[in-house]
Amino acid sequence: MIIGSVQGLGRVGLRFFNQLGESGLFLLKTVFQKPRLIKATPLLIQEIFFVGVFSLPIMLVASLFIGMVVGLQGFNILSQFSATGELGQLVALSVVRELGPVVGALLFAGRAGSALTAEIGLMKTTEQLASMEMMGVDPLWRVVAPRFWAGVISLPLLTIIFCVVAVFGGDLIGVEWLGIDGGAFWSNMQASVDFHNDVLNGVIKSAVFGALITWIAVYQGYATEPTASGISRATTRTVVYSSLTVLGMDFVLTAIMMGGW
Amino acid sequence: MERRVVEVSVGLLMIAGFLALLILAFKVSNFSMYGKNDSYVVTAKFDNIGDLKPRAPVSIAGVKVGQVESIHLDKKLYKAIVTLRIKTQDNNIPTDSSANIVTAGLLGSNYIAITPGFDPTFLKNNSMITETNSAILLEDMIGQLIFNSKKEKDPEKT
Repeated sequence: MIIGSVQGLGRVGLRFFNQLGESGLFLLKTVFQKPRLIKATPLLIQEIFFVGVFSLPIMLVASLFIGMVVGLQGFNILSQFSATGELGQLVALSVVRELGPVVGALLFAGRAGSALTAEIGLMKTTEQLASMEMMGVDPLWRVVAPRFWAGVISLPLLTIIFCVVAVFGGDLIGVEWLGIDGGAFWSNMQASVDFHNDVLNGVIKSAVFGALITWIAVYQGYATEPTASGISRATTRTVVYSSLTVLGMDFVLTAIMMGGW
Repeated sequence: MERRVVEVSVGLLMIAGFLALLILAFKVSNFSMYGKNDSYVVTAKFDNIGDLKPRAPVSIAGVKVGQVESIHLDKKLYKAIVTLRIKTQDNNIPTDSSANIVTAGLLGSNYIAITPGFDPTFLKNNSMITETNSAILLEDMIGQLIFNSKKEKDPEKT
């Protein structure tokens, strides 16, 4: 009985580390390839189009509402201390440091990560990947690598746009609607937001998140059980794993960055 | 045609991303750091700098003219050496000006206010401000207040 449960625990652990190692090797093989820039660039642009441009509308809408909500909440709290002039600082810091990278990454995992997994999973199920290998085309190079790099490139771009739109959303609520002085709003923001410590760290965060999400997505797709239910399970796993990884990594990265790194 | 739409929209996304980064840099954050060419460096020694931090503003009559570049300790005198970077366009600060560490508002962050003197010569690169006033620490003031009020009370008791 006890031995059985210990054995179960061991099996879970072994499977976890087995998958971790396998996906790590998979990532290494994807990243370290002979660079073939001329052939790979059109593929990459195509993937940035699917991953980045198609994620833009959801990002814009979400960021506008997030900026507006933070502005509204912040105004209600700050007005208790008659410090509503600091609203710009509150909105900009919370969006640039945390909300932009994290919420952007979560949306990206739901919008782009799941699509990547389903696409690659279906390719595997219909044996397109196998036939590619038969033709002497490395599917890691042709299918996986462009999608991975597209995610790493697109998410920081989307996050930066997210932050700007959210700040303008805060401005819309605070200045236009609730009547805070626009000068105080923007000057307090500029006085408190630092380019290196806040903006650049946010961008670094989002690049890390982009790499993690697309890594999980392409690996889950590539390792799909080649059945219809296998694809659905892989897609679910992508969204769950990448959301949890983003939130966990966000804590780790914030701890490193706040620790004066 | 299809291909062109893809490439153009990706290009637009990248341009939008870089424009947004520029907005973040210049409108949201204070990236207007002073370069080596359009600024000069002045040092000042303080007994106590309180809560002063690098990048805190330096102002004359409330107008920002520069920022604190670095802070370190003088090992012989045990004083804080504060390096200030001031814009070249404000190069007419008299040499007998005094630098004070003041607090913005009651609980705000510290910054340096320069009170201009009357000397006809002006501060140059690497010159030093000799007249300084240390930070007024709110905690010390409260402590003194409590101490004084106790002293006043004690004679009444006896």
